[in-house]
Parts: sequence; structure tokens; C-alpha cells
Amino acid sequence: MWFLCLTYVLSRLQGSKKVPKCQCKGRSFPSVVSLLRPLLLDVVPSVRQTAALGLGRLADYNVDLAEAVVKAGILPQLVRSLPEENRYYKKTAAFVLRAIAKHSPQLAQAVVQSGALETLVICLEDFDPGVKEGACWAFDYIARHNPELSQAVVEAGAVPLLVLCIQEPEIALKRIAASTLSDISKHSPELAQTVVDAGAIAHLAQMIPNPDAKLKRQVLSALSQIAKHSVDLAELVVEAEIFPVVLTCLKDSDEYVKKNGATLIREIAKHSPELSQLIVNSGGVAAVIDCIGSCRGTVRLPGIMMLGYVAAHSENLSMAVIVSKGIPPLCACLIEEHEDHIKAAAAWALGQIGRHTAEHARHVAGANVLPTLLDIYVDTRSSEDLKMKAKKALKNILQKCTHLPALEPLLHDAPPSIMKHIIGQFSKVLPHDSKARRLFVTTGGLKKVQEIKADAGSLLQEYINAINNCYPEEIVRFYSPGYSEILLERVESYQPVL
Amino acid sequence: MAAASGGREEGGSMAALARLQERLSELREEYFLANRSIDEDRKIKYRAAVKIQSWFRGWRVRAYLRHLNAMVILIQKWWRGYRCRKHFRKMLEIQKRWRGYYVRKYIHNYYALKKYLQAVSVNNAFVRSELQEYVEMKENEEKMKDLEKKEKEKKYQARKMHYLLSTEQIAGIYNSPFRKSPDPMELLLRNSKPLSHRRKQVKSPFAYELYDWPTCKKPPAFVTALPLPPIGRQKPQGPFRDTAEVLWQRYKPLEPTLRVAESINSPLEKAREGIKREEWRNPIHDNEFLPFSSYHKNEDEKYEPSLCKSGKYVREAYGTKHFREVYPNKWIADKDFRTVVPSIFLFEKFGKTYSRAGQIV
Repeated sequence: MWFLCLTYVLSRLQGSKKVPKCQCKGRSFPSVVSLLRPLLLDVVPSVRQTAALGLGRLADYNVDLAEAVVKAGILPQLVRSLPEENRYYKKTAAFVLRAIAKHSPQLAQAVVQSGALETLVICLEDFDPGVKEGACWAFDYIARHNPELSQAVVEAGAVPLLVLCIQEPEIALKRIAASTLSDISKHSPELAQTVVDAGAIAHLAQMIPNPDAKLKRQVLSALSQIAKHSVDLAELVVEAEIFPVVLTCLKDSDEYVKKNGATLIREIAKHSPELSQLIVNSGGVAAVIDCIGSCRGTVRLPGIMMLGYVAAHSENLSMAVIVSKGIPPLCACLIEEHEDHIKAAAAWALGQIGRHTAEHARHVAGANVLPTLLDIYVDTRSSEDLKMKAKKALKNILQKCTHLPALEPLLHDAPPSIMKHIIGQFSKVLPHDSKARRLFVTTGGLKKVQEIKADAGSLLQEYINAINNCYPEEIVRFYSPGYSEILLERVESYQPVL
Repeated sequence: MAAASGGREEGGSMAALARLQERLSELREEYFLANRSIDEDRKIKYRAAVKIQSWFRGWRVRAYLRHLNAMVILIQKWWRGYRCRKHFRKMLEIQKRWRGYYVRKYIHNYYALKKYLQAVSVNNAFVRSELQEYVEMKENEEKMKDLEKKEKEKKYQARKMHYLLSTEQIAGIYNSPFRKSPDPMELLLRNSKPLSHRRKQVKSPFAYELYDWPTCKKPPAFVTALPLPPIGRQKPQGPFRDTAEVLWQRYKPLEPTLRVAESINSPLEKAREGIKREEWRNPIHDNEFLPFSSYHKNEDEKYEPSLCKSGKYVREAYGTKHFREVYPNKWIADKDFRTVVPSIFLFEKFGKTYSRAGQIV
């Protein structure tokens, strides 16, 4: 009988996922699992191992299969027998645990409740790198779901062993250990602090120059998850001397390495002006701007947000961003990108850059950003979030913008809520500058102002009055709508003097 | 009273006068008393009047003084305020200038900001150029790696197709007589060693090519690659094991158990050291035993005979001149061996038939 099962299992192992698919219909799940279960207790070790491998592949493929495996009570058995087995069995058992845990938090909870964590820690202490890798992977999938499971993993004492695993020479093991640390520290500051206390930052920072792209992804992701929680953690990460090495990651050929590098810099920059200042001084802004210019799509998003955060802290930093030629790529993003959330981020960043003083607003307006923002605000296809961000950005920039040629084009097709700010700015500048007044008339701005209908007593009307007061009576009357009719009526009613 | 009585009738006037004179002493007393009381009253009233007036006058004066005081205070207030404000304006002027100076110099220093921004842009340019260099270096490395790979492929192909090499008589396909110079492939073929048939492409167990290039560091790989078999080797007949297996087994690196590799004071180590010591102790002299083939090469190193071999004052003939002991009394005849059968003619030509040219170094 067990020969049959063995051949069954072996045939499953040779094949791909197609085999389980065609052989496992809904009814036969428990029967399949119950077939494999006694094989786990077989005398011959290789049968045990292949049975475990078969279970692992089944659980990996489908959620229902994984649940069937859990319900059949295989987990406690697997966990109990693990410490005495050889390394191939340990690897396979770790594979089974991870295949079950990856599907949902409840299944991961079931894995934890069967006492798997202590056994996996024993596997982590093993000499064979393959066993360590399997155990790390299982920890990764368990800790990924929610903070309680991460806490359970930490309480089992896995973190120092993971930090040891990172120092091993095998690249696959390093990758998985870095990914596990990243998933543990992403949930809460206390977990991140635990990871930091185990001394992970120094080792992670050492691995940034490594040539392997996937390893770099995981390492940068881990550092950014640690740095994102608080100022102290971010400062600890910075003290590990990641600048300027991190900037080389922004030029890597792999897209996700660039993205994770930009994410790390963003998480550091957003906490305080001093950290942003540090990043600017080490040339990080230039590198991020180049990175934005060279990528497309969601990969750009962290870089855009980083520029926004840096510019938001103070006007000097904002000027530094402008000086590093940050505005053209952001404008390009606004125009080229299709995704709404990237456009919203770009609009927000531009608003942060331009909102400080007239100088900043002039630079932003000079890059022809305002008409684009207006188009986005008015466009019906934009989402609510995008519209709101575009409006806020416009408002912030317009309130400081005194560069009238840039405000001109906006007069013609702005909606009333924006119009009030534009007219407000005109009313502030025109009383003092005669050349601007002349220009305002010749470009047809005065005519447009007359055509605006505003409620009497509203702010808009006050601004319009202020503008009208800058000009002589005749001009204002000349440009007011319907003046030609009035003139013609006068012509009609005129009695010629003979 | 007299007038009143005078105004009355004359008849009654005398009676009235008499009555009045009776009452005269009483009238005097009454009069005196009345006047006294009036006097006293008057005094009291006088004093009261004086008091009231003094109080009133005092009040009036005080009120006036108070009023004066208030006026004085007002005037002084105004005056002092005016003076202080004037002073203050002067102070304010100084403070204004000082604060403006201070802010412009230290807090919102325009020129410092300008310099800082210039420094930032210079730094940015520098960082950008460095990153550009880094990118170019990486690209070069990639290209080099690709080139290397291609070269390796070509060389492997050349080794495989070594039979296409042109000979003196027959020109190979890469060496067409119509060409001015041979094809590069021809040159490659000339330079490559021919590949024997059974060359297995053994992959190293570590698939991490990243260690090869550019760090030029190989991880400690477990040797399973077959070393090249000697040329012209034929497969040995018989049920022998695969050579690779045998060599693998023979050259398997030592994996000592934990017990063995454990401590410096392990018994194995001690035993080894004991053996070493014995070996150092036992030999007769320290010179190594050299093979005889190098005897002629180092003629300047004189052979030092051991004490046993040396003769009285000279070297013994035994060991150099002859190796055998000679017993002439046991000899049958005193003549040496003679050749009876003529030597074989062919054997004398051995090694001399072919020209030296055929022998390739």
C-alpha cells in the first residue's frame, strides 16, 4: 500500500502544479492529505521527506489545500519530529510551514499555535545554509501579516539569529534574512527598535554596496522600514554612514533597487529639517532628481514624495531643491504620468516648493507649471484626491506669486475659486507697477477682469474694485462689457449739428 | 417795656411804673441771666461758626490744592512721557538698526544663503558626475563580462573544431587560397589545443557567478571538476570505476569530526607532535636524502661519507667504484664474458632511423 502512495507522491513531485490541479477536486482534498499523513510516520526517512515535500507543494498551491493540511492535524506531528531529523527533512518541513503560513493571517496563527516557532528557531541554529534559508523564509511569511504575529516571532528569539544569518556568505540566505527583518520591523516602532537593538543596522548598511540586485532591494527595504517610524530610528540609520553609498543605488540598473533607495531617503527626509539638511548637503537631492528623470511609473513615486518632504521643511531647503533643478522633472511627471496618485504626489510636491516666498513661487511659475495644474484641477477625469491636491497646490503658489506674466494665462480659463486668488495677486501688484499696468491692459487682462461677475461685497469684488481704481475712468468704461452697444446707442440718439 | 407802658394810659402808667420798680431787681437778674445765656449761646454759636468756617475754608483750600496737584501730575505725566518717548524713539532707532543688522548678518544672511546654494549646486554637479562615472564603470564591467563570455565561447568552439585547421597540403575552410590573409578563426584554431572527446561541462556547485567577476574571488568550491586526462589515453578495459569518481574520492578534502578538530591539546595532535619529535631526534644527519639522478648536477657538493664508509685516511672503493664484493678465488675462469652471438642489426638502428626534425619539442 505504501508503495502505491510513494509512487503517487513521487509522481506528484516530478510534476508541476498541473498535477495537483487535475487530481485535486474539492471533494478529494482531505483524502489526498490523509493519504500523505501516514507516510509522514514511515520508517524510511526518504519516504518521510518526500511525503513532507508533497504536502508542502500542495499547501503552496492552494489556500483550501493548506487549510485541509492544517485541519488534518499534521502540523503538530511535523513540528515534533523536526529536531531529530536530518537536514533535508528540516528543509522540507520548513517549506511546508511557509507554504501554509503565506496564505492568510489565520493560517499563520494556526502554524504559530502548533508550536512551530521554537522548532524553526532550532532550524535557524543549524549549520546547513539551506535549512537556515528555509527557516528564515517561514519566519518571513509568518511575520508579514500583522503585528501580533511579528511579536510572536520576536518573542521566540529569532531576531539575533536572523542578524547572524545576514552575515553568512550565501547570498540567498542573506536575501531572505534581510526580507524577514524588513517584514518584522515594518509593523510598529517597538518591533523596529528590537531589530535595531540586535545590531542589524550596521550589517545591513555594510551590504548596500553588494552587487546583487535582489539583495540590495531587500536591504534597502529593511532600512527604510526601520527608519520610517521615528526621528531617533532615522538618525540611527543615518549614523550607520549610508550616505553617500545609498546614492549609488539610485543609479542601479534594477528598477526596484532605485525605488527602494528612494523610499529609504524619503523616510529619512520626512522626519526633521536637520535630516533633510543632511541629505541636501550630501548631494542626495541631485541624485533623486536624476533618478526621477530616468524612471517611469510607480518607481518615481517615492522620489517625488521625498522632494516634497524636503521642500516642506523650510524655505532654504526648498530653494536648494529649486537650485538642484528639481522643478522640470516634477513638471514632466505631471504631464506624462497616467496614474492619478503619482500626479497628485507631483502636484503636492510642487505646492510645497512654491509656497514659501515670492521667489520660490516665481521659479515654480516660470516652469509653466500653473497652467498644467489648472488643467488637472478642471479636468473631469481626475479623481477627487487629485483635484484637491492640485487646488491646494495652486492656492499655495498663487498666494505668493507676484510674477504677473505667469499669472496672465490663468486669467482666461480659471474657475471662480481660483480666480479670486489670481485677481487678489493682481490687485496687490498693479497699484505699484506702472509697466505692469500697461501690460495688463494690452494683453487683454483688464477686459477679462471686467467680464467677471462677482457678488457685491465679496472678496473678489473688492479685488476687482482695487484693480479698477488703478486705472482712469475712461479705460475702465471702455473695457466694460457692452460698451460698444452704449456707444452705438449714443450714435443713434445723436443729433448731428448741421 | 417802658415804651409800651408809656404808650398806655397815663392813669395806669404810674401803677405800671410802681409795679416795674418792684420787679426791678428781678428784672435785672432776669435781664442779666437772659443776656448771660444769650452771651454763652453766642459764644457757642460763635465758636461753632468759626469751626464751620474754618472747616469750610480748609476744605476749599484743600480742594484747590488737590486740583493743583492733579494738574501738576498731569503736566508732569505728559512731560515725562514725551521725554521718554523721544528718548525711546532714539533708542528704538538704535535697536532697529541693530536688529536689522543682526538678522541680516546671522539669521537671514542673504549672501551666506547665496553661497550655500552655490555650494549645493557645485556639490550636486560633483555628485552627479561621480554617479555618472559609477554608471559608466558598471556598464563597462557588463560589457567586459559579455565580451569575455563571447571570447570564451569562441575559444571553446575553436577547440571543438580543431580538425578544421589547415595543413600544409590541404587548406582549411577558414584559410581560403583566394584570401589575402587567413580568417581570424583560422588563427584561433592555430592557437588552440584540440579538445578531446569526453569533455564534460562541469558546473561548479555554486551558481553564484557574481563571485567570479569583478571581485575575482572564488568561494571555496568543493572540487568535482575532472582534471584533463592525458592525451592519447584509451579507455581502460574492464569493470573499472569512473575516473572522475575515483579522483573525487581520492581528493576529497578532509572533513574532520568535531572531536578531532576541536582542541589544540587533542591526543591526535599530541601524538603527531610526538612523532615529529622522534623523527627529528632519530636521523644520523640533517641532510635530506637526495635521489641519485641529481648526483651529477651538483658536483660542487661533495659527498660526505659517513664514518662507517670512510676508510682509514681515504674513501673506500666500495660504494663508488664497485658495489659488489669480489672473490677472485671463486672464479672459474679468469676471462670475462665474450659475446658469442652477433648482435641484432635492427636493434642498433634503434633511435637513429628517423630524423631529428620529426621530434617536436
